[in-house]
Amino acid sequence: MNNQPYKPSTPRVLACGDTALAVEFGTTVEAESNRRVFALDRVLITSPVEGIIETVPTYRSLLIHYDPLKLGFSELSDRLLVLLDRPDTADHPSRHWRVPVAYGGAFGLDLDDVARAHNMSPADVIRHHSAPRYEVAMIGFTPGFSYLRGLDPAIATPRRPQPRISTPAGTISIGGLQAALQCLAGPSGWHLLGRTPVRTFDPQRDPVFLIEPGDTVTFERIDAAQFERLDRLAECGETVAELIS
Amino acid sequence: MSALEVVTAGPLTSVQDVGRFGAQRYGLTPSGAMDRLSLAAANALVGHPLPAPVIEIGPTKTVLVARDGQLCIALTGALRFARIGDNPCPLYRTFILRNDETLTLDAARKGMFSYLAVTGNLKGEAMFGSFSVNARAGLGSPYPRPLQSGDRLTYENAASLPDHTMPPPVFRDGAIRVVPGPQYDEFDESTELFFNSPWQISPASDRMGYRLEGPSLTHAGRFNIVSDGTVDGSIQVAGGQPIVLMKDRGTTGGYPKIATIISADLGRFAQTSPRHTFRFAAIDVNTAQQEARAFQALLQSLPDRIRNSV
Repeated sequence: MNNQPYKPSTPRVLACGDTALAVEFGTTVEAESNRRVFALDRVLITSPVEGIIETVPTYRSLLIHYDPLKLGFSELSDRLLVLLDRPDTADHPSRHWRVPVAYGGAFGLDLDDVARAHNMSPADVIRHHSAPRYEVAMIGFTPGFSYLRGLDPAIATPRRPQPRISTPAGTISIGGLQAALQCLAGPSGWHLLGRTPVRTFDPQRDPVFLIEPGDTVTFERIDAAQFERLDRLAECGETVAELIS
Repeated sequence: MSALEVVTAGPLTSVQDVGRFGAQRYGLTPSGAMDRLSLAAANALVGHPLPAPVIEIGPTKTVLVARDGQLCIALTGALRFARIGDNPCPLYRTFILRNDETLTLDAARKGMFSYLAVTGNLKGEAMFGSFSVNARAGLGSPYPRPLQSGDRLTYENAASLPDHTMPPPVFRDGAIRVVPGPQYDEFDESTELFFNSPWQISPASDRMGYRLEGPSLTHAGRFNIVSDGTVDGSIQVAGGQPIVLMKDRGTTGGYPKIATIISADLGRFAQTSPRHTFRFAAIDVNTAQQEARAFQALLQSLPDRIRNSV
């Protein structure tokens, strides 16, 4: 049998108006697309292209905002296709965070419903949810809202038919095969399992943003008293998430 | 130090400049003025750099008063009647607002946003290089929210200026131009409906998004896609209804985007009043980038348009 070297499919370059383009590696949440998004993002950091303003890594595509006065669409597309062939040699130590979560009750209004939907106990749901090491696939929608890849399919639950108008800051939720760590209060159609005192975004703190796309996260169960204590520390600017590595 | 005090302001009134960049990868949207041309014109009139912070004023009646000294002001953008005390205050012209004098802007007759520039340095603190208010993120200076009755904006070195005027820069007429995509191919025959139908902007619109009223668009695929990045002017279709994402948009979204309004037309679109009928027209990305260069040249020409009024 002919042993062809593995050759990933060529991504699509899609114009997003005249000031941005998306390099799309896939249309699903599969890990491979996400890895290629991060790889291209890193290449653009080590080999910057004059005229690129900023990049937004997402599950399956890298959105590149650029200045059309400095860089045309065709020129940027051509340069990206060359950069895509470059091996990702950049040093990228992804950081691993331990994030405390108070589960259930007033902290996670949907924990019992999710448990019932899967014929398991709330404690089982918490075990399934706090076991994996999740990867931050994307940060988006609102500041610090981290979309996590790696949810245990045993607790995957379709989104709620009616989204909630408001969910509290620090909400830890799941929707379909995705999990999320949300920073600000906001609307959500996902199932609320708990809350973390960690602020992934705090304009008064240095660093303003705690977690980078590509970092990994593990959840650790805490009780209400611990939540109150850590929440007060976070209020004063402490990170209260533990950097494991 | 002279100050501007808010007596009455609608919910769409806030301090805005060109916005903050570099943190969209963390979910922080740039915000910034909805109409960059009127922002730049207001700043040019008072001799400020074109991207500097000004007060973006929504379409409802607004009243401001000078305190602790006089201010030199200039007003641009939406067509509306404005007066200082009982005297008319035409747009695109500098005026002195004396201590305790009141600037009243009636409701906008055409357009949505006015831009009020004031000489001197607005006291505040830039965050990621910008004063722009992003209420959801709690950012913006001097107030991290839309302006409210009783707020005071303080200006250091509020110099007086010669009486300056400028012929208002004219927006082009006609269809709002878009570049199709990034998910244009998911809409099959709906794309014809999109380009051949008249549209209106719903009154339920704000700095996050303008909802469009018109025919319902259908998808070839599913209503939800795996979230990807958004830009100013992305036209996403959620449940058949198009929503144009504006300056306070979410940085990512999970609905397919049929097209993107070109940067040169976005301010003109932002100034479109509800109930006004308009259409979309498709152009290719290279033409859109030529338009972006022409628009930039127009912005840069604004200081040269200033005349001393007689």
